[in-house]
Amino acid sequence: MAKPEQWGSRLGVILAVAGSAVGLGNFLRFPGKAAQYGGAVFLIPYFISLLILGIPLMWAEWTLGRYGGKRGYNSSPGIFNVLGPKPYSKFFGVIGLIIPVVIYMYYVFIESWCLGYAWYFLNGKMASIGRDVGAYETFFSNYVGLKENGFALGMSPVMFFLVITFIVNFWVIYRGLSRGIELFCTYALPMLIVIGIIVVVRVLTLGTPDASHQDWNVSNGLGYLWNPPKNLLAALSNGDMWLEAAGQIFFSLSVGFGVVLNYASYLKKEDDVVLSGMTAASTNEFCEVCLGGLIAVTAAFVFLGPAGIEGKGTFGLGFNVLPCIFAHMPAGSFFGFLFFILLFLAAITSSLSMLQPAIAFLEEGLGLNRRASVSALGMFTALGSLFVVYFSEGFAALDTMDFWVGSVLIFIFATIIAVYFAWVLGIGKGWEEMHEGALMKVPRIFKFILRWVSPTYLLVIFVYWSWKNFPARLKSIADDKIIGLTVILLLITVAFVALLVSVAGRRWAQRKEDAP
Amino acid sequence: MTAGGWLAIILAVGGVTLWVGWCFYKVFSTPDASRMTAEPTIDPPDARKSREQGERED
Repeated sequence: MAKPEQWGSRLGVILAVAGSAVGLGNFLRFPGKAAQYGGAVFLIPYFISLLILGIPLMWAEWTLGRYGGKRGYNSSPGIFNVLGPKPYSKFFGVIGLIIPVVIYMYYVFIESWCLGYAWYFLNGKMASIGRDVGAYETFFSNYVGLKENGFALGMSPVMFFLVITFIVNFWVIYRGLSRGIELFCTYALPMLIVIGIIVVVRVLTLGTPDASHQDWNVSNGLGYLWNPPKNLLAALSNGDMWLEAAGQIFFSLSVGFGVVLNYASYLKKEDDVVLSGMTAASTNEFCEVCLGGLIAVTAAFVFLGPAGIEGKGTFGLGFNVLPCIFAHMPAGSFFGFLFFILLFLAAITSSLSMLQPAIAFLEEGLGLNRRASVSALGMFTALGSLFVVYFSEGFAALDTMDFWVGSVLIFIFATIIAVYFAWVLGIGKGWEEMHEGALMKVPRIFKFILRWVSPTYLLVIFVYWSWKNFPARLKSIADDKIIGLTVILLLITVAFVALLVSVAGRRWAQRKEDAP
Repeated sequence: MTAGGWLAIILAVGGVTLWVGWCFYKVFSTPDASRMTAEPTIDPPDARKSREQGERED
């Protein structure tokens, strides 16, 4: 019988979980949101959310994952099968499978843009586009097929880089947990941080590159992001900002994705989860606040001024504004290459983590060997990615998947994790389980936070967020054929995965009966 | 950049850097941070199995 997979070292699992958390959002979404909501004031709800939502839920997910792993289960349905007292418990785990797999389908597409942009900086093509952001917008639009469905399919450069990205992901996954994911993250994450520091140093030494705009300098660029508004209390009363800050923490730490649940299940029963979880979370925060918070907005400000940043979304900042900035900069091709390789590394360490939960399920739930499970998952995700690439007009398919799976399901799954930890397993048992093998003691206040504050806070922000977003989103399903089609595809995927979990459930029940 | 901005950046960047530094210090100060908890999987189990089958047939 094949030896069960395990992590090679504590440092390895920390870097793998941190790699899963550090992604494009750290470098593009965080600075954009912080700048939008008045910089320093955004950090207040941001750090509060980190304390009462991000870190406690991270500990809960690590603990539940190791709990399932100790009982021989690595997949989300398997773990819920042993966590819950009822046979339907395993179906909660369906969400923990759907989320990473569906997010992978569109995330890998964005990841491939980073690789493509890095290559175009290296061969000088990006610098030759010009010095106007509009030219970069046109380039991006043509590159990804933003204006027309089906544009990017075929022998297009975006498909070429997508195929390469797919191959790299599945090659690493095929090598297994320790020799694949862990080995890759052990080199990729430190490399990412070193590259990030180099780019930060370059950005902070830009000075005042445009002599005709003396106020477009590094100090004012930092101030644009970090200066608190004059009326701090009025700014703090903005409900949307609290919602966005909680969302940023939530998505940034990868809690509620099903990934940490799966990764932690490969720990041994005496392995620490408290310090390891916190170290992974702090590494993510370092990349987000200390690197992401200093690069994109500051660089954009010193070359384009405030008008160049305002109203730009994550993609606008990352794939239109920043390439233009690097084209302006001395040795810009080199630094542009470094920045997009940084984004690519951040993205690939995340996308790898999205594949492993499904591989674990196919192996333990359906009895497939690694080759068969990697092939099956490869075909399934390739079909999903082709759907996203084909319906590229206005990113309709990508945006719909991101909303229903990358937001709604994550909220739901995080709530399930919080409830299972504090109420199904029970806070007493959960707390005891969390401290087994722990290298540090969690302050007792977190017992109260995990039981009452985190689930309530999650529920409140989910209700508020749904109230703000659902009406328009539901209307768009009826109004837009592509959005409707995407939602149908998601529903079929949920039904298909639920069916597979049902089959796996029979296998697990048999396993229980056969056990001595 | 205002004084408030400098304060925010020092508190946020400094605080997070100290936090991550403390965490890694704690991780590395325990004796078995890089201890191998398991034998590394040299190759995937199915590849090993098929190779072993091939060897048996030879």
